[in-house]
Amino acid sequence: MAKDFGIGASSKRREDKRFLTGTGRYTDDMNKPGQAYVHFLRSDMASGRINGIDIAAAEAAPGVIKVFTSRDFEAVGGVPCGWQVTDRHGEPMKEPKHPVLAEGFVRHVGDPIAAVVAETRAQARDAAELIEVDLEELPAVVNLRAAVSGGTAVHPEAPDNLCYDWDFPAESKDAVDEAIRNAHHVTVLELVNNRLVANPMEPRAAIGEYDAADDQHTLWTTSQNPHVIRLLMGAFVLGIPEHKLRVVAPDVGGGFGSKIYHYAEEAFVTLAAKVLNRPVKWTSDRGEAFMSDAHGRDHVCKVELAMDAEGHFLALRSTTLANMGAYLSTFAPCIPTWLHGTLLAGNYKTPLIFTNVRAVFTNTVPVDAYRGAGRPEATYLIERTVDKAAREMGIDPAELRRRNFITQFPYQTPVAVEYDSGDYNATLDKVLEGSDRAGFEARKAESASRGKLRGYGLAHYIEACGIAPSSLVGALGARAGLYEAATVRVNPTGSISVFTGSHSHGQGHETTFAQVVADMLGVPEDSIDIVHGDTNRVPFGMGTYGSRSLAVGGSAIVKSVDKIVAKAKKIAAHLLEAAESDITFENGQFSVQGTDKSLAWGEVCLAAYVPHKYPIETLEPGLEETSFYDPANFTYPSGAYACEVEVDPETGKVEVLSFTAADDFGNVVNPMIVEGQVHGGLAQGLGQALMEGCVYDENGQLITASFMDYAMPLAKDLPSFTVDNSACTPCTHNPLGVKGCGEAGAIGSPPALVNAVLDALSDYGIAHIDMPLTPSKVWAAIDAARPAAAAE
Amino acid sequence: MPGIKLTVNGKTVEKTVEGRTLLVQLLREELGLTGTHVGCDTSQCGACLVHVNGESVKSCTMLAAAAEGAEITTIEGVSSRDGTLNVVQAAFQEHHGLQCGFCTPGMVMSITDLLRVNASPSETEVREWLEGNICRCTGYHNIVKAALSAAETLRGAQPVAAE
Repeated sequence: MAKDFGIGASSKRREDKRFLTGTGRYTDDMNKPGQAYVHFLRSDMASGRINGIDIAAAEAAPGVIKVFTSRDFEAVGGVPCGWQVTDRHGEPMKEPKHPVLAEGFVRHVGDPIAAVVAETRAQARDAAELIEVDLEELPAVVNLRAAVSGGTAVHPEAPDNLCYDWDFPAESKDAVDEAIRNAHHVTVLELVNNRLVANPMEPRAAIGEYDAADDQHTLWTTSQNPHVIRLLMGAFVLGIPEHKLRVVAPDVGGGFGSKIYHYAEEAFVTLAAKVLNRPVKWTSDRGEAFMSDAHGRDHVCKVELAMDAEGHFLALRSTTLANMGAYLSTFAPCIPTWLHGTLLAGNYKTPLIFTNVRAVFTNTVPVDAYRGAGRPEATYLIERTVDKAAREMGIDPAELRRRNFITQFPYQTPVAVEYDSGDYNATLDKVLEGSDRAGFEARKAESASRGKLRGYGLAHYIEACGIAPSSLVGALGARAGLYEAATVRVNPTGSISVFTGSHSHGQGHETTFAQVVADMLGVPEDSIDIVHGDTNRVPFGMGTYGSRSLAVGGSAIVKSVDKIVAKAKKIAAHLLEAAESDITFENGQFSVQGTDKSLAWGEVCLAAYVPHKYPIETLEPGLEETSFYDPANFTYPSGAYACEVEVDPETGKVEVLSFTAADDFGNVVNPMIVEGQVHGGLAQGLGQALMEGCVYDENGQLITASFMDYAMPLAKDLPSFTVDNSACTPCTHNPLGVKGCGEAGAIGSPPALVNAVLDALSDYGIAHIDMPLTPSKVWAAIDAARPAAAAE
Repeated sequence: MPGIKLTVNGKTVEKTVEGRTLLVQLLREELGLTGTHVGCDTSQCGACLVHVNGESVKSCTMLAAAAEGAEITTIEGVSSRDGTLNVVQAAFQEHHGLQCGFCTPGMVMSITDLLRVNASPSETEVREWLEGNICRCTGYHNIVKAALSAAETLRGAQPVAAE
């Protein structure tokens, strides 16, 4: 029976009320007394030399306070990168400076050249048009393959445009080569993982404030991790110590990865507020977002899968070109390496795996994590290749998967990670049943009677979430620890304030985290408040990404609640004049075992703050605990997805008829919220597979820079989804047994959809079409595959 | 600069604005009604949707001066002061039709308008109606469910139970 309280209950979200009544507080909703506005003049060229900037006319324009150029930032650092990858020769990656405002050269369309601060937004924008930039256009590097073929360099320190050339695991190369040479069959697939723009509905915004009396800086920003911004901007860009810098991320309208990173605009408003001694506000418009938010994916891959005669996987080899864009964004280098190479076993016991990844600079917007981050790229290449292999080997795709599934846990993969739990056959069974695989042939025949091609596609996924054990990621190049912190403050009357370093920007932490605490303490959810997003209120935090909030942040809360209960038991034992070991705590009551003596939660809390009768010699008053939780391992959510499509061979249009998901997220705290996370992930994954694609022309002009050109999935493009998370194998190494659910939908759905479309087109012998599967691409593939006679 | 007079959420408003001021700027920046959001600059996303004389309008497509004499209703205008949710808002909460909340005011205003013109929409009709509102979080699944549930409630039937 469904619970109506605590862990396992679909509690309605407490944050909804403010969002539904228009009283949410997003960064752009705030205005500070005396606030000025900044407008950035951005490069309209992909590559160019700045021979001069004339700001005189702009500075004289109405309302203008100051025009900034890179000269105003000579004393500050560049925007830093948070992860250093070491290449196959043992050399550190190339890490060119990423200046706050362009220094001498522009390297992508959207690179900020100058910034106008004025009394109003309109005046700043108007004055920016008066800045004369003598910009000499240089040849641009756009195409990934061309970028590594010699010629033009984006940065002089990387003449071949390589950030790094990475082998993993280096020692497996020869054995993999040999296994592929000697195999019964090798399935080969070349594919592109298309470039995407995260496009949270709230564009980025930032307000810098400075209090000269106390030398205090405040940055209000649209961030998924305010403490990380404080660290990166304070320590590396502006040189402001933590105690003089407050970063607040209030209500944030979606992130999907794009709001993890420290951006130049944040450093700009923080510094400009001090220079001008007044608040400075920036709000991105959507066009600006397309050319300044970090993009996602953009891989070009070749995959080879070696099999024996029965279809057992013997070896997998992949080579990937990964686009970094013009500068290294915060986490960019680790996405195609440690979040991609380590997932190449997928759900399968392939004994030998080797990958080579070359990260490439181009004259495009920086590329970094987007929902899934490396894991969608790994899943897509594996699951497309497995499907192609099934076709080539004449084995049913579900059967081929089953034949190769990992079934024993823990399982040490050949790519460094150890899966703790999972049941891949269980999710496959559920998805085959939930999608009525058995009835597919009849449905296909019905479609055929209407001239339509029906297809059924499967995909499995595994992801490494709950990021991440600090010692491990440190060894892999991370420049920070990836634990999480939480303070649980029990107030004198028994109400509870939880301060978490996780950040909620749609995930519903205010509800879910309260459920966890309520369940542990047996107190009402509404007596618990969740505080997040402010470095002055929350002691520390690493933020929200990589489906880590509940698995890592939630675990830190659990640790603090455990400490609270332990201390409260001591207080209760003293008050009840019993041995501490005889005290039990259940449903908010402290009782002496075997007696009718008990105290309510609130009585013990009050005693902690009014310690009249209290073991004061051995116990401090108060009831507040802080914990840091550093995970022992990643978590490994997994699942099976099935997609059914209908293709119109006359137009190439793909209609998604149904989508069925069976996920294993371990234990689930709020099923309603988890299902919502899956729905959203599926929409983004189906968007990638069907319609989304960021396009640059050969000169590096960004062709898709608005919602008119970049196709965002609309309600009419998607079906209702069938989701299930009952195939649950709890995580074995965190206290809640949870795995994380935020990214799964975006990871597993693209290959399921593409596999379904290719199944629909199987009679045409079409082996592959690159995403997005727009009508024109699908139609062109059908047209090219038609026998010449039939086409006439 | 033109002087304008209009009614916003039942109150008469008189302002002098620059000619280029958009209705959404008037609402957010002059009147402090920040529940209406700006999610794009090409009138695609619908986060700025309000009712002008009772009908859905994207307030980023309309000059404030063009709203002279109009009756404007924003998300704040359909919300009660004590925070009690109306039928459409309550259906969004019941069915988890929002996550980050940024597109939500536009969605609520849009669905409210849909149910005014079509008391019994089908799922397909809801999905097609929403072609001017983008949500990046929910995949629309629960927004559609909320809209159908609100329609049923408004017709006086029992609401659809949450799954």
